[in-house]
Amino acid sequence: MLSLTPVRSIEDLRKIKEETYTGIKLRLKDSAVEREIAKYHILVCTGTGCASSKSKLIHQKLEDEIRKRKLEDKVKVIKTGCFGFCKLGPIIVIHPDRTFYTKVELEDVDEILDQHIENGQIVEKLLYKSVKTGELQKTIDEIDFFNHQMRIALRNCGVINPEDIREYIALDGYMALADILTKKIPAQEIIEEIKQSGLRGRGGAGFPTGLKWEYTASYEGDEKFVLCNADEGDPGAFMDRSILEGDPHSILEAMIIAGYCIGAKQGYVYIRAEYPIAVERLEIAIDQARRIGLLGSNILGSSFDFDLDIRIGAGAFVCGEETALIQSVMGFRGEPRPRPPYPAEVGLWEKPTLNNNVETYANIPVILRKGARWFAGIGTKDSKGTKVFALAGQIKNTGLIEVPMGTTVRTIIYDIGGGISNDKNVKAVQCGGPSGGCLPAEMLDKEIDFKSLTDIGLIMGSGGMIVMDETDCMVDIARFYLEFAQDESCGKCVPCSIGTKRLLEILEKISSGQGEMEDLERLENLCYEIKDSSLCGLGQTAPNPVLSTLKFFRDEYIAHIKDKYCPAGVCNGLLKVVISDDKCIACGICARICPVNAITGEHKKPPFRIHQDVCIKCGACIARCPVNAIYKH
Amino acid sequence: MENIRENEEQKLAEKTVTVNIDGIDYKVPVGISVLEAARMVNIEIPSLCYLKDINEIGACRVCVVEIEGARNLQASCVYPVREGLKVKTNTERVRRARRTAVSLLLSNHHRECTTCIRNLNCELQNLADDLGIRNIPFTGEMKDYGFHDNNPAIQRDYNKCINCRRCMAICNKIQECYVYTPINRGLDTVIAPAFQKDLSEVSCIMCGQCVLACPTGSLTEKEHINEVWEAISDPDKYVIAQTAPSIQVTIGEVFGMPIGSFVAGKLVAALRRIGFDKVFATDVTADLTIMEEGSELVERLLHHPDKLPLLSSCCPGWVKFAEHFYPEFLPHLSSTKSPHAMCGALTKSWYAKKYGFDPKKIVNVAIMPCTAKKYEAARPELECDGYRNVDYVLTTRELARMIRQVGLDFPNLPDEEYDEPFDQYSGAAMIFGATGGVLEAAVRSAHKLITGKDMPVPDYEEARGQSGLKYGTITFGDKTITVAIAHGTGNAKKALELFKSGEKHFDYMEVMACPGGCVGGGGQPILGGRDYKYISLSYRHNRADALYNIDRDKEIRYSHENPRIQQIYKEFLGQPLSEVAKKYLHTTYVPRGVHPYLKKEQFYKGFSEN
Repeated sequence: MLSLTPVRSIEDLRKIKEETYTGIKLRLKDSAVEREIAKYHILVCTGTGCASSKSKLIHQKLEDEIRKRKLEDKVKVIKTGCFGFCKLGPIIVIHPDRTFYTKVELEDVDEILDQHIENGQIVEKLLYKSVKTGELQKTIDEIDFFNHQMRIALRNCGVINPEDIREYIALDGYMALADILTKKIPAQEIIEEIKQSGLRGRGGAGFPTGLKWEYTASYEGDEKFVLCNADEGDPGAFMDRSILEGDPHSILEAMIIAGYCIGAKQGYVYIRAEYPIAVERLEIAIDQARRIGLLGSNILGSSFDFDLDIRIGAGAFVCGEETALIQSVMGFRGEPRPRPPYPAEVGLWEKPTLNNNVETYANIPVILRKGARWFAGIGTKDSKGTKVFALAGQIKNTGLIEVPMGTTVRTIIYDIGGGISNDKNVKAVQCGGPSGGCLPAEMLDKEIDFKSLTDIGLIMGSGGMIVMDETDCMVDIARFYLEFAQDESCGKCVPCSIGTKRLLEILEKISSGQGEMEDLERLENLCYEIKDSSLCGLGQTAPNPVLSTLKFFRDEYIAHIKDKYCPAGVCNGLLKVVISDDKCIACGICARICPVNAITGEHKKPPFRIHQDVCIKCGACIARCPVNAIYKH
Repeated sequence: MENIRENEEQKLAEKTVTVNIDGIDYKVPVGISVLEAARMVNIEIPSLCYLKDINEIGACRVCVVEIEGARNLQASCVYPVREGLKVKTNTERVRRARRTAVSLLLSNHHRECTTCIRNLNCELQNLADDLGIRNIPFTGEMKDYGFHDNNPAIQRDYNKCINCRRCMAICNKIQECYVYTPINRGLDTVIAPAFQKDLSEVSCIMCGQCVLACPTGSLTEKEHINEVWEAISDPDKYVIAQTAPSIQVTIGEVFGMPIGSFVAGKLVAALRRIGFDKVFATDVTADLTIMEEGSELVERLLHHPDKLPLLSSCCPGWVKFAEHFYPEFLPHLSSTKSPHAMCGALTKSWYAKKYGFDPKKIVNVAIMPCTAKKYEAARPELECDGYRNVDYVLTTRELARMIRQVGLDFPNLPDEEYDEPFDQYSGAAMIFGATGGVLEAAVRSAHKLITGKDMPVPDYEEARGQSGLKYGTITFGDKTITVAIAHGTGNAKKALELFKSGEKHFDYMEVMACPGGCVGGGGQPILGGRDYKYISLSYRHNRADALYNIDRDKEIRYSHENPRIQQIYKEFLGQPLSEVAKKYLHTTYVPRGVHPYLKKEQFYKGFSEN
């Protein structure tokens, strides 16, 4: 366990900062480091992505080897949070050279130590090769994936050791809080600063954060609470997880400040059980903050008390809705309730409660340190600052990125994402997860912010971004998201619990080739009814994937209904598996492999035939045909 | 006297706000919902899951309205009024949303209206008709969680459940039995006991409040009409009907008579025409209950103060509640049987012998306002000389169905008298049917028993009304006792907890499981029809008032002055708490625990389980 001396004043905090900063200076870009005295810092990502490909073992082996080679004085191995380039994990970065090693395996450890650490030679086979030019990129700064990013919420991820509070302090962590408590800055002044910054909630709806703080502060209550929503539920989204894994103290600091502003003494982080590493790091962070005196009574010698606890959720999507989250924190079934009254007035245990998303909190300390004007200078008129996106789908570079609001989809796909895999054409970009919709390829130059997405019927959501090409069927995509929403509907209100099921059934009817043109109208009408009358955000946005695909890709729906044809070749119900007469050599392998005996034919008398009424389109025959004579049509 | 749960009438604030509903400004009290405000100005916003003060969750989305400034439609049942609020209740958008919500419900509902027990008295059916739903544009998967009738009182048809959660709300908030919970999500959601246990396996007290709350035919009493018809048709059987006090003021409602109509004479006439051989008033044995329970009270007050407080035991729902949740209080429960069991026990012993009938051939059918009585009649303890005390229990609703089957024009039947010897009863017995009545009746007689003197007929006003829990002191000469009255088992729980913590002492407590007492019983007519929309649960007042009015006009207002009671003691029992009385009129209780399904024992016996 880290031995920590309690800090009782801003001076104590500055002392820790100065002591630790010298140590981690060499990890920072543009910092002048004198080579002679420089040590090597080997940063190993131990976030969920890299940890799942054994980065923890690599970290262990590095430490063991360094001890064995007696390099302890020269090299320090540090566990960090996510770098964002998860596709290339496990990732190791060596400072001060800023070398970015990808897909490191256990066997590479010796080579890294032999070549790089002991001889100063870069291990080229582990370097990242640009998807554009094919060149090896020696430092992290050369990599396009990082070049177009602006990291504010993710500022410390992949830089500091999240399990050491001193490293957070070294990079000005807790300074915003210390400043507030030392100077006794009035809460209204801080709230005003946040309002001026233009920060909007990053959880999805984009409600102005400063206003939310102001409302919550305005309600009287003998007790108030601060909540952090870390119940990240969108499929594929993991920005909140990465922040908690890479920089948990930024959330703690923001929540303490929030507590100071609204008059709360207790906060809870509601986090899903599927994030064990984030939970562990959060626990460590809370423990260290308590021991150092940044949580508890009389923080930094002031009269302000605040403490934090973790509440673990079972991973229900609906628990990301704030009223459902509150129910769940209290130990009840996670179900939303109608608003008003809003949690700012009646929240946790019926007390005024402030609830913000992880990414929102992550922005707070920086805003207060650098000023609202600085933050408001980033982004668009409507949306300030940056947004973290989880980039996925048919794209070369996938991972977690942070870009200023107003960045175009084209920049994200082509400059950061390196373009579409297999150089196919982009068809659509799914934004906002199950509550969002599909942005068509014609709109790639759209500058993304809260307003521009809402204008076309999409939402920012928590920042999932899935790139789709011509092999993706839009009806199927709508069906997929609806299946998710239907599965995650809490079952309380009628339009969502029954309505989404009926929507799904209509979509299934269409994608199986049974659709009629009237179904489109029925689908659309029901979508609007569900949007308009559902109880909570889940139901109100669940039809978005259907509506946006209907709006931009209606042709595809019509093809499914009228022509009984799936243009992308995805919907099984509309496909036939057939054997080409010319190519079949009548070997009989397909007939033997078929699990439902749908293929018949006479040995050595081509062609074999597939009986369509029996075929389940599993594709086993296609995979086994020695002459590629079988294909989907 | 102090009221713990506020009266609903007192809740209306004096401060008003101006709201605009459909273009007209109205002044309405602060603190009410848009739905209530609209009802006040004669606009009926349709609703389904809403049950005033009990279930206000905005789940069914039938009561949605347009609120100016709100992006989405809002559920009016939970939307608070505020100054300057502009509401539209009648737009195409609203009408469509309501129709869609109900159509979606119907698309997942087993629509067996014509054979449903709630046919013509179903809120969902009414709503579909009100909204003019002529076809359901959606078809698809329907959840099938089946039909369950493994207990003697309440049956559950999950396929008619619309997940409105009214059953759950009343069970949690009023009864505090916490039987129901939502299980699963989305379309798979089912409101059921935890782990989808059967109602017979959990700590359900069978009070039937969930049945009253259910807007559809998903929760109903277990019908025993056919068994009773069979007995009546059997020439070998001598079928006796007995009617509980509260039936006399509620059954008229089913036939369009005003709430609170006193129809004892027509009730007797109807039962005779149905074919019962004799029609008895359970009121007589209610007087007997007072004699026995009052004697127990006196006995404990004078000789065994350690056994105080005495808790009333005539409500089977409450008894089961105590058995599940407060087994430590079972020794305090009066051992006196409930009136219908006493009537049953006496008909098959004293009456049979006196009038020369073979008790084997007697079938005792109790017409009760209660579903728990069905369960109580099946308790193994309620058996004397090898005969079940009561053979069948019919609820008020079932009797009404039998009357309809026979085709009797109930309101125009002549008034007839109950049969000897269960025909004369006191006003004290009548008020058994309302909360506070048992206590009042017992105190009237206890005074006589303790002081030896008649006391002038008092009117314990403080013991009436609809407050859930009340305390009071009553003085008999130099003795003063503290009494408590609770209705709704949640209030009983509160009283017992306060007693345990030493905060509130009492010597005698009357508990009725159902809010309002038997007049609000789980077997009473369900006023789900359109005509009763505005009445909410306040109909209980009218029914209770009727009982008290009759009591006031009765010549005999003391149980011990009832000549029939004096006759029964003289001819059969000797005196209260005698050996004979203990054999026929007293019973025992079983601690059941909160999780009875963890035990293997069989708690029900009797008619339907064989």
